[in-house]
Amino acid sequence: MTTLIKNGIAYINNRFSRRDILLKNGKIQRIAQTINVEKVEQIIDASGKYVFPGFVDIHTHLRDPGQTYKEDIASGTRAAAHGGFTTLCTMPNTEPVVDNIASVDYVQRRAKDLGSAKVYVIGAITKKSEGLEISEMATMKSGGIVAVSDDGNCVQNAKLMLNCMRYATNFGLPLIIHAEDYNLSGNGQINAGKVATKLGLSGISPLAEEVIVARDIMLAENCGAKLHIAHISTARSLELVREAKERGVKVTCEVTPHHLLLTEEACLNFDTNTKMKPPLRIEKDRQACIKALKEGIIDCIATDHAPHADFEKTREFDHAPFGIIGLETAFPVLYHYLVKPGYISLERLIEALTSAPVRVLNLPENTLKAGNPADITIIDLDAETTFTPESILSKSKNSPWMNQTVSSKVLYTFLEGRQTWKAE
Amino acid sequence: MESTPQFIGRSLYDLDDYSADEIMYILEAAKGMKEINLREYKKIPTLRGKTVCTLFVEDSTRTRMSFELAASRLSADVVSFQATVSSLRKGESLQDTVNTLNAMGIDLYCIRHSSPGSPQLVHKYSGKPVINGGDGRHAHPTQALLDIFSIWERLGNLKGIKITIVGDILNSRVVRSDLIGMTKLGMEVTVCGPRTLMPANMEQIYGCKVEYDLAEALKDADIVMGLRMQLERMTEGLFPSLEEYSRHYVLSKETIKFAKKDALIMHPGPMNRGIEILPEIADSEQSIIVEQVANGVAVRMALMFLILGGKL
Repeated sequence: MTTLIKNGIAYINNRFSRRDILLKNGKIQRIAQTINVEKVEQIIDASGKYVFPGFVDIHTHLRDPGQTYKEDIASGTRAAAHGGFTTLCTMPNTEPVVDNIASVDYVQRRAKDLGSAKVYVIGAITKKSEGLEISEMATMKSGGIVAVSDDGNCVQNAKLMLNCMRYATNFGLPLIIHAEDYNLSGNGQINAGKVATKLGLSGISPLAEEVIVARDIMLAENCGAKLHIAHISTARSLELVREAKERGVKVTCEVTPHHLLLTEEACLNFDTNTKMKPPLRIEKDRQACIKALKEGIIDCIATDHAPHADFEKTREFDHAPFGIIGLETAFPVLYHYLVKPGYISLERLIEALTSAPVRVLNLPENTLKAGNPADITIIDLDAETTFTPESILSKSKNSPWMNQTVSSKVLYTFLEGRQTWKAE
Repeated sequence: MESTPQFIGRSLYDLDDYSADEIMYILEAAKGMKEINLREYKKIPTLRGKTVCTLFVEDSTRTRMSFELAASRLSADVVSFQATVSSLRKGESLQDTVNTLNAMGIDLYCIRHSSPGSPQLVHKYSGKPVINGGDGRHAHPTQALLDIFSIWERLGNLKGIKITIVGDILNSRVVRSDLIGMTKLGMEVTVCGPRTLMPANMEQIYGCKVEYDLAEALKDADIVMGLRMQLERMTEGLFPSLEEYSRHYVLSKETIKFAKKDALIMHPGPMNRGIEILPEIADSEQSIIVEQVANGVAVRMALMFLILGGKL
């Protein structure tokens, strides 16, 4: 299959330039001002459209195995393609937990057979992510995992966490943490603050995140581990990361689109699609996240795509599960609410969705360069997207942006030269 | 008296959805209802043919009885659904329950549930008006209305009246609704309790005063309200013992001296005598605690009357 993308505005070396791009045999064969070839199966006129490397999400829940009524590898990767993503890293909190090589193999094989995106597997830090015993990280590493995480859970025992870090470091594995002190978060439902007081919901103090961020930075500093903080959400956590980076600690962090765009105020009408962990914080925290993303204190953006079925979400607020979907909404909402009004540059957004996550987990290079895999998305920034239950390809529809219309539209996505998404 | 279109078919989730004028209209209606409750034959036919459902997913005999009496006195049919959260969790969901009840032709739901926001859900599922009879720590607007009614009836006005509410503010839905309603009607509210039982940002949200010292809090109060102190807060690590709590925050002859002479004493009940309030105060001349209960029926009658479009 050969595809020629003509006249697109391509993101190359962190800049935009008008280029023709030829995709052949799954790879980017040529990039030039003008390419004229006789024999090409598909020509896409991308005049005025943007051509980006396929987006990379290092924090995805595909719910497969075990909860395929919420999502599975086929539907989740189709949703990825619809959102412009070509690479996903899956969190291990499935049923059963991915804490052994057989489970790693399962996810990789299914993704290879059915996937509309590349899937890299993240293994559990502890067996069943129970925070009691170290998982077989080294064996899973030989099976292809790119990092370890107990995401959704947090190792509470500091001594065990230190050992996990030392062990993971021994095998060159970065650790991704979901920072939450259970005693401090308790039965909390939303951020501990004005809205929690008003609604009578139990609060999750920012401290629940911050004390673990502080603890794990100290532990990582002590043993030289490579630490990545998932879905960072508070101004104080970001200060801790800034200080640690200045000291040379090997720490990176990610932020979700929802923590960049929403605050606890969104919870005021008891919409369970505003319930997630960490919870939506206050405006000061949101502004700190945007600033940190701009400055590079936050390395990358990750969706924390967390599908839940309608019957699970449409119920009493404190009985609904935490989490929202993100793969299909991420780029359009970030472009619409952050780039278009000028809060961050388009270049930074694309970097944070492509080369930055690749760097964080040391994944194969994913840039628009001859010889690289043809993982590409083409986006029209002037068109619009309306998110509806019908348009969302994920099995679950739990998004706070449902039924909203935003600028930009993903027109095409290619995975190794194969078209995985084309807009109507 | 008759209902007006602005009330018909409308839910009551909390008092912030109602204007000061609307609240006063409800209180006026309640006055009329109270008169009916004092008759020998306490029943009027206005809601004949309407069906009211009390949907209680949390134990509360008193509030449920109050709603059911209110409906009966207006001649509505009353059905009662009682469950515990655990039984709902195990078996059918709230949505399934409401779908089932709705199929039987309910006109108005009165709900008590431990989850904040559940009255809105019941409305979403049923399309019928819903009166919130208490949702977790969020709101208890009928209690607030009866509290305000009781004060208004006794003092004749509300503007500038100072009330001090003492106790477990953190876990109280009554306080949250009281604050909204009372401040809306021009009352000055002070809340008082230990810091561990005081939620964040109270002043900013409600425009009330926050005091941690009882003597300071009671200064110049026209009304003092105690709140039930629950033993389980001890195991949550919020305070060390009931005795120590009582020593610093009990409403007694001794402490009530800091308030205005003859200040009214209120309590939403049920009381823990000897812990947050001493019998010498609860049963004193100043106490209107029993009146509050009686007024509760009248206020709930008024709401049902207005929401279901009654005529007198």
